Amino acid sequence: MAGILVFSDRTNLALEILTAAGVIGGTAKVLVINNDEQAQALSDAGADVYKLSNDDISLADVGQVAEVLKEAAEKLNADIILLSSNRRGKELAGRLAQKIGAGCLTDVSAINVNGDKIECQRNALGGATVATQYINGDKKVIAVSPRSFAPFAGSGGSINEIDITIPASTVKVLEVKPKAADTVDIAAAEKLVIVGQGLNSKDDIPMIEELAAKIGAEVACSKPVATDKKWFSEEHVVGLSGKICKPELAIILGVSGQVQFTVGIRDAKVIAAVNTDENATINTMADYVLTADLHEVVKEMNEILG
Amino acid sequence: MNVVVAMKQIPDLQQIRIKNRQPVFDDVPLTFGSIDKNALEAGVNLKENGLADKVIVLSAGNEDLEDTIKEALAAGADEAFLILGDDLNGAESSVIAQVLTAGIKQIEDVGLILFGEGSGDNYSGQVGSRVAEILGWPQVGYAGAVKVEGNKAVVTRVLEDAEEVVEVSLPAVITVVSGINEARIPSVTQILKAGKKPKEIVEEDELDEINKDALITTVSNLAPESDRKRVVVKSTAELVDKLKSENMI
Ligand SMILES: Cc1cc2nc3c(=O)[nH]c(=O)nc-3n(C[C@H](O)[C@H](O)[C@H](O)COP(=O)(O)OP(=O)(O)OC[C@H]3O[C@@H](n4cnc5c(N)ncnc54)[C@H](O)[C@@H]3O)c2cc1C
Repeated sequence: MAGILVFSDRTNLALEILTAAGVIGGTAKVLVINNDEQAQALSDAGADVYKLSNDDISLADVGQVAEVLKEAAEKLNADIILLSSNRRGKELAGRLAQKIGAGCLTDVSAINVNGDKIECQRNALGGATVATQYINGDKKVIAVSPRSFAPFAGSGGSINEIDITIPASTVKVLEVKPKAADTVDIAAAEKLVIVGQGLNSKDDIPMIEELAAKIGAEVACSKPVATDKKWFSEEHVVGLSGKICKPELAIILGVSGQVQFTVGIRDAKVIAAVNTDENATINTMADYVLTADLHEVVKEMNEILG
Repeated sequence: MNVVVAMKQIPDLQQIRIKNRQPVFDDVPLTFGSIDKNALEAGVNLKENGLADKVIVLSAGNEDLEDTIKEALAAGADEAFLILGDDLNGAESSVIAQVLTAGIKQIEDVGLILFGEGSGDNYSGQVGSRVAEILGWPQVGYAGAVKVEGNKAVVTRVLEDAEEVVEVSLPAVITVVSGINEARIPSVTQILKAGKKPKEIVEEDELDEINKDALITTVSNLAPESDRKRVVVKSTAELVDKLKSENMI
């Protein structure tokens, strides 16, 4: 089986991709760029780590990192490169694939080896469908969606040095502003109360939070509520470009139900939808449908639940 | 300098029906991906602030594009550069990247190429990166803000846990997130007038050396099975009762 090279800027995602590499088979080597802590953590988990220390390399320079990965793959005899489908990984995937003449699949949520084909699943048509696809040819770049595989846990890892020289990056990082830490993990929540643009104002959020607290749920939202209105951080977004959630219960308030949203919640066990529009698409994928003003419904629920 | 905005013609996803788990495309109108419209708005903003001369929309697709493009011209683009080919709608990222690059090479004084971070349908996010690689230009993905200062761009890249402000020299490729702006919605009269804006149309087979080898094979593309109860409840109290009876609350 072909050699596999794994790279992610995030240690937790690199561990998930190592599990994906195990599904493909063959021997996986992990490249770690300028991050001793990550090298240690991955080798402790049982990975064969190739540590590259070179201050000329900047993760912000996607063209340069793609060149580094190309050279590392050549040195380490890898035809298959597995990346994380977080933003850095996705941006890198296309550039690297173009550089090495590979086919590329991003946002891959499942992998199944069928003979000599590595069949990958990813959402298509905005999430309306799930496509099963494989890359033709030996060279492949696959970016794996976060949380699609369990973190790798093995033994007998190693740390090796790898040397790659490259001209210094021309992309200048002027400033890094960490986002305010938001530790909510809606993808792991058992229950979610999800609000969409039907919510009138930011002032209505406390009663949504009150409902969530009463039933032991986390609060999540549709994308525009976070990216346009900025009422929640993007950590709260359900959907194609947010989080794929599989809660036991989802109470969905004032969301129209466009595919890019529903793909993130369709695996919930029970869905209740509240919308003023009785023909809202969201109603077609709900177990319980209530045509009403969400603000009234939430007030009443808070009263009933005491 | 001119700004090129690359936009993808896609079916209006809200109007796709699912029959026997298969998507049905009959009579589904074509439009542009919504994040592509944010990219266009970002380009038009640069022009309106005197930082770009012309905004040129670049798109590859089937002949319907001649009609679809009006929407982009109405929303502030000055010109369109269209590459038409029967098999270009839904073609692979690797093919589209080559085709778009061939188009870019025919447009003069390109300082910036803007894309949405992902298309509205496939959302694979490859084409911008592939075009940057073919041209050998720097790139910044997931831009939440773009400033042009002389022959440089200062771009805020919005990552999951941080924002990274980077400076790149032009020409460069930038992909934007939907939060960068609110795209204007052109009026019907603007759309009608847009038909008069200049359009350059090139047939795909006039372009040299497009490698059309399929790099991806699709085994299946099916809607997931869903069996929801769809019980209509009349009141909040009834909803609470139902959820209680399922031991959910
Ligand atoms: C590539 C791509 C990726 C995307 N990724 C995502 C994603 O990950 N997640 C996501 O959510 N979206 C995503 N989108 C956007 C998506 O297409 C929709 O625009 C978005 O989901 C709409 O959000 P919404 O339902 O809250 O708003 P709207 O579509 O505006 O719907 C609001 C709903 O609220 C109802 N309503 C109004 N007032 C009330 C009231 N008082 N009480 C009850 N109901 C009321 C209305 O009837 C309507 O149904 C993506 C789009 C693209 C192109």
